[in-house]
Amino acid sequence: MMAFLALITREVRLAVRVGGGGGMAVFFFLITISIVPLGIGPDLNLLGRIAPGMLWVALLLSALLTLDRLFQGDQEDGTLDHLLMGSLPLELIVLAKGLGHWLTTGVPLIVAAPILGLLLNLPIEGMGPLMFAMAVGSPALSLLGAVGAALAVGVKRGGLLISLLVLPFYVPVLIFGVSATRAALISVPGDMEGRSLMLLGAVTLASFVVGPVAGAAALRANVK
Amino acid sequence: MQHGLQKVRAEAAILTTSSKSHNGALAYPKLQLTADGLACVRGGRPVFRDLSFAVTSGEMLTLVGPNGSGKSSLLRQVAGLLDIEDGSIALSGADEDEASVSAQALYAGHLDAVKAPLTVRENVDFWADFYGSPKAYVQRALDGFELARLSTLPADVLSAGQKKRLGLARLLIADRPLWLLDEPTVSLDTASIKVLGALMATHLARGGLILAATHVDLGIEGASQLAFGGRGT
Repeated sequence: MMAFLALITREVRLAVRVGGGGGMAVFFFLITISIVPLGIGPDLNLLGRIAPGMLWVALLLSALLTLDRLFQGDQEDGTLDHLLMGSLPLELIVLAKGLGHWLTTGVPLIVAAPILGLLLNLPIEGMGPLMFAMAVGSPALSLLGAVGAALAVGVKRGGLLISLLVLPFYVPVLIFGVSATRAALISVPGDMEGRSLMLLGAVTLASFVVGPVAGAAALRANVK
Repeated sequence: MQHGLQKVRAEAAILTTSSKSHNGALAYPKLQLTADGLACVRGGRPVFRDLSFAVTSGEMLTLVGPNGSGKSSLLRQVAGLLDIEDGSIALSGADEDEASVSAQALYAGHLDAVKAPLTVRENVDFWADFYGSPKAYVQRALDGFELARLSTLPADVLSAGQKKRLGLARLLIADRPLWLLDEPTVSLDTASIKVLGALMATHLARGGLILAATHVDLGIEGASQLAFGGRGT
């Protein structure tokens, strides 16, 4: 347990020291969202309608941005060898790194989301549900992303490869995330009692199992 | 400055002798590392085959041979970081027989596994938490590798030799019986090489095992040699 917490602490500390992690993702999020009105035009009704979808798409892309360094830094400086030889199961190492990524990238993005929602004319009553749905769904982005990062750990400049590997698996998060956010604003047919939100939660819970197990298998295959 | 260094060295010497004396009882159970008929293939090219050796507690085996003869590959195989093509590696005598060799081993390779943005102390503390080591080991490692003076510096500004020592400090933090050292003396100065030699002698005296690939005489008495053949035999 101590090793697990130490690993998360180290991830957060490294991200804060180096910068470039969560901060970069937030700025990317900001830039992406702020160019949308420039492209679409100043139609406030239209912007308000596409806001949930745009915010979720931008969240996915921003989360991807910092994934390529998840294991690569540790592999390049030899840390990964020692992590593999430790007594902490590799699955828990992947889980700790995934949670570290979520804390340094996912959480800042969730905090920034309502401010960016204003840029897209997202109604005020949609801010709470947006943040809540992102809080429920975003851990899945980090944990599923960890699988892609583990698969591409030996590839130099593997960022693009990670995007290709991971984005298809982000689709359920996107679909249920957008519909959960939208359901709070307008009554979506078929969404009773927050069904989308529950499905979003189910995707996240599944990713807590799939991410660490698949990520650990990919790392083992890549290192040996 | 010079004076301070000598003082730390003296402390290292005390550390060496004291752990020798009060460890009349060995720190580790009687262990034997056995490799039988090992083979290694890298990139489709056979590196070595039919390699067998045995090392027991208190013994050191020095791997010697030309570049590319498979010394590093053997160390990584023992560490469980490289697939074994053929043959077997086993560590017998450990309390928990199921525990793999790699759980009893500590590997020190060419890469120092030092995180540059963290301070020396933070690097050491992380590994202590990771291995679940008592806090006393942190001080032992800092003193043993003369890192105490550097502990508040970011690892970024360390010289290559200082980084190497910080990487080697894991040996004292983890307290595992089997040390796998791959060229541990690279970029160390002569004084640090002596310190390392003394720490290795202490480890052997406590019942540890060492496998080291090195071309430098570390002054370990009774170390046997495993000679690797030519390239690609």
